[in-house]
Amino acid sequence: MTRGLVCAGVMLLGALTLSATRPAGPVVLASAVDADLAPPARLADTGLYVDGRIGDIDPRVRPFSPQYPLWSDGMTKRRWISLPAGATIDASDEHAWVFPVGTRLWKEFSLDSRRIETRFLWRATASRWVSASYVWNEDGTDAALAPAEGIPGFVEVAPGRRHSIPGRSDCAACHGPADRAQVLGFNALQLSTDRDPAAIHGEPLRPGMLTLRTLEEQRLLVPSRPERVTAPPRVRTNDPVTRTMLGYLSANCGVCHNGNSEIAGFAASLAYRDVVTDGDAVVRSLVGQQTRWQIPGVPEGRSVLLQPGAPEQSAIYVRMKSRSPSSQMAPLGSVLRDEEAVAALARWIDVTRGRTH
Amino acid sequence: MTRNLLTTSALALAFAALPGTVGWKIMHAVPAAASTAAAVVDQARIERGAYLVRTMGCNDCHTPWKMGARGPEPDVTRALTGHPADMVMPPPPKLPEGPWVWLGGATNTAFAGPWGVSFSANLTPDPDTGLGKWTQETFITALRTGRHEGKGRPILPPMPWPMYGQATDEDLGAIFAYLQSLAPVKNRVPAPVDPVESQR
Repeated sequence: MTRGLVCAGVMLLGALTLSATRPAGPVVLASAVDADLAPPARLADTGLYVDGRIGDIDPRVRPFSPQYPLWSDGMTKRRWISLPAGATIDASDEHAWVFPVGTRLWKEFSLDSRRIETRFLWRATASRWVSASYVWNEDGTDAALAPAEGIPGFVEVAPGRRHSIPGRSDCAACHGPADRAQVLGFNALQLSTDRDPAAIHGEPLRPGMLTLRTLEEQRLLVPSRPERVTAPPRVRTNDPVTRTMLGYLSANCGVCHNGNSEIAGFAASLAYRDVVTDGDAVVRSLVGQQTRWQIPGVPEGRSVLLQPGAPEQSAIYVRMKSRSPSSQMAPLGSVLRDEEAVAALARWIDVTRGRTH
Repeated sequence: MTRNLLTTSALALAFAALPGTVGWKIMHAVPAAASTAAAVVDQARIERGAYLVRTMGCNDCHTPWKMGARGPEPDVTRALTGHPADMVMPPPPKLPEGPWVWLGGATNTAFAGPWGVSFSANLTPDPDTGLGKWTQETFITALRTGRHEGKGRPILPPMPWPMYGQATDEDLGAIFAYLQSLAPVKNRVPAPVDPVESQR
């Protein structure tokens, strides 16, 4: 009987968490976090600002802007990186940069000019990345460490839709486990100076922003490769619309759907290494590729990732359009449909029939 | 709703009575180990995993239940295979306003509530419909994050991942080793159904 009571209690717990956009729970990703490696209690103590006071950004901290931004419910974002003095990025594998111990990254989210949260990723030791989010107060004068489990439904981003502050487990869902987290949005394609003018939600490069060119010129990438400046990477295809869509899909989907992950049932890869190598081959790998996810209205076992000419019969489109918790893609970090991207994807699928060679 | 309450109580009683019975031993038969030191270690992990699966209630939901002579009992022929693919569930009845918020199917493998409709997963190592393509890391990460495959959709109620996620890596690894030692069973569990109000 006790077991039955426990089970009922668990169910009740599950039901009570439903109003949130993510499950809550006392999750600890690292088995034993050294107290010295815990994130500081206040954003001001992470090294982002001059003299440890909210205000001017420390000049040693460099802003950057990925050419294909991740969709975050339309919020405005600012990003910075800090490398330890004299340290360089190991770019032996151009598609898998290794960042030096001490690297810190920040991403600030604002809604209607009000700062909401700033996320922090810090390579504290060779085997430990620390991730955290800092929540801004109402008047934007201070930001404090969010609880490890995050804050569900922190702010309304549209009527009835609320943005959640991610928990540490959510950080790990995209960035990977603490012993080998990966930096996202800071790679050769995202920082390429051959920027896609049609990139969805693309942001202008501002003075002082790091690019692949500046990284190369400042010898921050080892080994040096002059072609980073002379022939910067781009999505490899002759079709500009395909270039834009693959850039978007790579940034928003390729983190998980990268050919190396253990996600069952997704054979194609949207990793940026693949789209810069042969974008058209990536498209061909999506077309007609079966997926275990069942598209509503499509016969059992017949669902495919991309059906040229038929967005509603393409799982990529249907799931990107959805914001139902069990169907939506990406599965976390967003509660609003990216209308611009969904419309662009539909147009692209509509005419992809003629592009699949 | 009364039938649901009765079913839940009966399930609980059946669970309490099961350990030590023939049916329980069949459900948790541990494959024989090879005679190497490594195999002995593996066998010890598998046995530890079997013990944890037995005592942590995995069969409560992941093994379909059936009505036996003494009431509801686990169908040992379908141990840990999740919601039967051939058992197509009709839309759940709408509950009236009040404190009752969820429903369970007769097999205790399908559940409906404010989260929509969820189905218990096939935990056998079938590569297409079970955990055959999962790694131990995927398994542990899923239980720690509450996300399918560690990074996908939320794992839905009534799966008590917030509790299981607090188990040690060793224990979760042992559970995974045991599950991987089972015979793979092809059983494609339906995808969860989102609540109507979120399908927009």
